[in-house]
Amino acid sequence: MIKDKEFSQTMTQPPVESGMKHYLNASARAIPPSGIRRFFDLVSNSKDKDIISLGVGEPDFVTPWRVRDAAVYSLEKGKTQYTPNAGTPELREAICRYLNDQFSLNYDPGKEVLVTVGGSEGIDLALRALIEPGDEILVPEPTYIPYAPISSLVGGVPVGIETFAKDNFKLTAENLRAAITPRSKVLVLCFPSNPTGGIMTYEDLLPIAKLVVEHDLIVISDEIYAELTYGSKHVSIASLPGMKDRTVLVSGFSKAFAMTGWRMGYACGHPDIISAMLKIHQYTIMCAPIMGQVAALESLSPTGMEEKDRMIESYNQRRRLVVQGFRQMGLPCHEPQGAFYAFPSIQSTGMTSEEFAQRLVLEAKVAAVPGHVFGKGGEGFLRCCYATSVAQLNEALERIGNFLNKIK
Amino acid sequence: MNQLKLSILDLLKEDARLQPSTIATMLGAEEQEVSAAISEMEQDHVIVKYATVVNWSKVDDEKVTALIEVECTPERGRGFESIAERIYLYPEVKSVYLMSGAYDLCVEIEGKNLKEVASFVSNKLSTIDSVISTKTFFILKKYKQDGIIFEEFEDDGRLLVSP
Repeated sequence: MIKDKEFSQTMTQPPVESGMKHYLNASARAIPPSGIRRFFDLVSNSKDKDIISLGVGEPDFVTPWRVRDAAVYSLEKGKTQYTPNAGTPELREAICRYLNDQFSLNYDPGKEVLVTVGGSEGIDLALRALIEPGDEILVPEPTYIPYAPISSLVGGVPVGIETFAKDNFKLTAENLRAAITPRSKVLVLCFPSNPTGGIMTYEDLLPIAKLVVEHDLIVISDEIYAELTYGSKHVSIASLPGMKDRTVLVSGFSKAFAMTGWRMGYACGHPDIISAMLKIHQYTIMCAPIMGQVAALESLSPTGMEEKDRMIESYNQRRRLVVQGFRQMGLPCHEPQGAFYAFPSIQSTGMTSEEFAQRLVLEAKVAAVPGHVFGKGGEGFLRCCYATSVAQLNEALERIGNFLNKIK
Repeated sequence: MNQLKLSILDLLKEDARLQPSTIATMLGAEEQEVSAAISEMEQDHVIVKYATVVNWSKVDDEKVTALIEVECTPERGRGFESIAERIYLYPEVKSVYLMSGAYDLCVEIEGKNLKEVASFVSNKLSTIDSVISTKTFFILKKYKQDGIIFEEFEDDGRLLVSP
């Protein structure tokens, strides 16, 4: 018999290093830790309060007060219950109206929309619903980090397709065609792009859509930055002829509505796919948190949309400032037409992006993310998020300029 | 007023120290165009002054601020203009507004102490012929002024690096 004290000691002893690894699922064991996490650890450990961060991928605005207030009020009224698995009917209807107004997309709120815990859950659910072991998932890179690891976790084989600065980091039909094999099943698109800020126009998407149909692929289109375009309006591949049923549109409220911590997202697509995703969602998550759903609904109100537009205009102003700043200091930077990232090239310094980013933190006290962590084609670039104050941006640009002069 | 001027005003309202070159970059305009627009707005008194919003409660220099409701008789032909002018020319008067409702003018006064404000109200303001009555309200604490919240700004709660 184990006495309480002994039992307690047993429980508090640290596990033997690597001693539990043999219990782990092979896919979980195989995926590498995120490169961005390693860099995060480096920055966090520096404990330097003076570091200016261009490394954070989220708005510097807090969620507008009216949206927060709506959630607070609903809590005060005792709205704390489960919602329908797919999300409240009001929110699903509002999402459909919004997608129709903004992007000319038509979805049935009853069968074609699922409210998720952030866009991330939508991507996970879509891949889990679609992928069989061995299926290939085509991912244009550099791109948001999790697509490849999640693909591996569901038994798929992620296939990176390199995109290039000379093409403004767009996916070309030529590059896509070269990557397609008989095992290709899903194409993941993330435009406007994290980390490059690249976008895809209707003309860019048309040949891609043709190939998708020709090779019987399904597109998972991550459109979390759809509102953040500067110049031309975002075009969803789902709006192209014949593409609605072949596309799972994943989006959410994190970026354009400054709601990252609420974890509110949604997925739209063919009823069969959404229904499969809903089954997984109801057995794992049950439903997205009700207070987040209330807040998301408020963010789609006319006032919420005005707040969103105000924030987007502010990002646009800062985008111009940062891009010009990099170009003036001699770092080539393509024109990011979406999201809130600049992706300047640091190839002229002769350093790897990891080395450059590390020295930049330690010697210039500016944190930016090395491009290589975003996959093929990211080496030699730096992801700089310009969602921070003008004063901070100017200071960061000055520090980077001084750093470049020092290492010349 | 054109969109460029409105955008310039929006930016200068947030930070009056922004240089025309920075504003031009942020708005995707030419620096000369921005400088010209600013000059024009200065000449037209659209931009009246570049001032600093100060949270005086953080400064040892003590001040007392009062809002005074003033009921007065308008003058034939000039309405409230001459009485308003009589009042706003005093240096301790920070703002004067013509109001609808129960009283006519709202006057904001700043003084070194309570006695100074009381003295101004009783000796200067109340003695003006057309002033019928005054009601004085002392401002105990300013939470927000000109759209700027005075409470302590919280640190940016974001992580330094995130995906």
